Amino acid sequence: MVNDRPQATDSPAALTAALRATGYLADDGLATATFLALRMNRPLFCEGEPGTGKTALAQALAQVLGAELIRLQCHDGIDASQALYDWDFPRQLLHLRALEAAASAGGSPLDADAVEASLYDRRFLLARPILRALQTTPSVLLIDEIDRADDEFEAFLLEVLTEHAVTIPEIGEIRASTPPVVVLTSNRTREVHDALKRRCLYLWLDHPDLAREIEILHSRLPGLPERLAAQVAGAVRALRQADLLKPPGVAETIDWARALQLVGARHLDVDSAAATLGAVLKYREDADRVRKQLDTLLAS
Amino acid sequence: MTTTAPPVDDPIPGLVGFTVVLRGAGLAITTDRVATFLGALDTLDVTSRMQTYWAGRLTLCSDPDDLPRYDRAFEDWFTPQPGGSTRVRDERPPPPPKLAALTPAGDPGDSDDDGQQPQVHARAGGAEILRNRDLAELTPAEREHLRRLLALLRPTPPTRPSRRRRPSPRGVAAPGRTLRAALHNGGEIRELRRRDRSRRPRKVVLLVDVSGSMEPYADALLRFAHVVVRRAPGAVEAFTLGTRLTRITRELRMRDAERALAAAARAIPDWSGGTRLGEVLRAFVDRWGQRGAARRAVVVVFSDGWERGETDLLGVQMSRLRRLAHTLVWVNPHAGKDGYAPVQGGIVAALPYLDDLLAGHSLATLEELLEVVRDA
Repeated sequence: MVNDRPQATDSPAALTAALRATGYLADDGLATATFLALRMNRPLFCEGEPGTGKTALAQALAQVLGAELIRLQCHDGIDASQALYDWDFPRQLLHLRALEAAASAGGSPLDADAVEASLYDRRFLLARPILRALQTTPSVLLIDEIDRADDEFEAFLLEVLTEHAVTIPEIGEIRASTPPVVVLTSNRTREVHDALKRRCLYLWLDHPDLAREIEILHSRLPGLPERLAAQVAGAVRALRQADLLKPPGVAETIDWARALQLVGARHLDVDSAAATLGAVLKYREDADRVRKQLDTLLAS
Repeated sequence: MTTTAPPVDDPIPGLVGFTVVLRGAGLAITTDRVATFLGALDTLDVTSRMQTYWAGRLTLCSDPDDLPRYDRAFEDWFTPQPGGSTRVRDERPPPPPKLAALTPAGDPGDSDDDGQQPQVHARAGGAEILRNRDLAELTPAEREHLRRLLALLRPTPPTRPSRRRRPSPRGVAAPGRTLRAALHNGGEIRELRRRDRSRRPRKVVLLVDVSGSMEPYADALLRFAHVVVRRAPGAVEAFTLGTRLTRITRELRMRDAERALAAAARAIPDWSGGTRLGEVLRAFVDRWGQRGAARRAVVVVFSDGWERGETDLLGVQMSRLRRLAHTLVWVNPHAGKDGYAPVQGGIVAALPYLDDLLAGHSLATLEELLEVVRDA
């Protein structure tokens, strides 16, 4: 990967430009964080409101680096066999039966050690996302919504994140030749253990400001009229300050603009807003409240 | 002054000094974090204020609550002071408020109620009587005794079924263990090993009202919260309600009760102020509850239900909590007294959404609460 062209990872500014080329608009903090994560080989721990572009960052980063994005969605009760590796038990059993059949036909007894060695061979190993990321170069490993996993699971991650290696008792250590870029995201439904956070760079993501949000709309929806983009971004901004149960994130802004585009609206008025409100507000209470004061909201 | 002027080009002492200030401001700064911070600046540009800011924020903070404190400390430390280059600053953290100040030393009891509740004036059977005494009416010696009794509580955390499976005689087949067992028999599968859903601690959320009217109980309730948090540190969240919401889970996780309570007292900005229960509960549900802290949790509100603000808002928030939580319990210290009727505005608004309304004015009633929580 060595060449004379300026690399995207030379400086935070170069990285910002490279991310922008993929349609992801990073501010200074985000660019610095990503730059440091790449340079220092540290996992990047992104926390923030839902819909502030945590997952999208990993996707954009994979695109910039030309790396494969490997995603691990965490959930309650996720364990090592779903995240790290598992053994292919049906194939192991078949293999065992085949060995037995061969032994009884040949009349020689099975050697237990040899059988075990052949059963726990790498070909029976199923690589789950984390192991796959260690074996794939280059790769971006996205550990999504780590707060949904339980704290036992965090302990599995510690070795992977610092050593870039997985230890499998039957085989030994599997180490990445080039460590994957790791992005962890959390919606903060629960506090992640400090031992894990300490090994990471911590990035808190906020909603973007108005100008940036308009820019994001344009880069995501190329055909969007200038006026509509500004109106949608402005309305979402007002919604975020309107004390709702679930303030809309950037993902909702994009959804809303796309919905308006699809129904053929040239600009945002009370009718078109009311018709597409479901794209931006996901609670009945919020929708009811906003629908009543749409005209004042859009006027602001 | 015999010290020679320090070389201007070594930024390390200044940067390390900055981390000391941050530690004083309450951030969890460890040595490895400082090393990471310096490492980050090594790859960035130390002379750039923006890059220094981000290097510190990314490596030294670990919580959104840290960010305002970090911003303030950064502004203080890196903004050039007018009038010379030498800066002498007090890096010591401010002295913690003494918790004793929160517990009226003499003559307790008069401050809060007009003495209509039954007074127990017995001399015998210390611990047993103390268990039933009103927490607001204890003498300092009894208070001390009560602290020790509280520290002896061993609450059993409530549990919920987990998605994680453990080896078990019942349940679904466990191919890995079956195969390993078969290997011991030369590859013959003699029995099917199984695994089943295990149980995990259920989340518990304690919301303690620390407004003026609850002051006589605040110390004991926070000690109680400390005991519950220590018992299952990963599964319990504790907040105080006053004019604003304060999260004290981190502080209460400290092992030593005195240090934990001192830290909590430091964290709470609105001791003995007013209450805006509705607004503060909304802050809780918005920032924590809806995101997950209250989902399928046992939520316990310790409050007397005095509401300054509108009770409508409180009702709406309680109904939101009701939909999120597994069990919603309200503990009112006055509920254990004779002639109590739930007529305070706040309680009336909350009552339709409660699974249980309990008294919490004595150790015995707090033990009852633990049973309710355990069986939830």
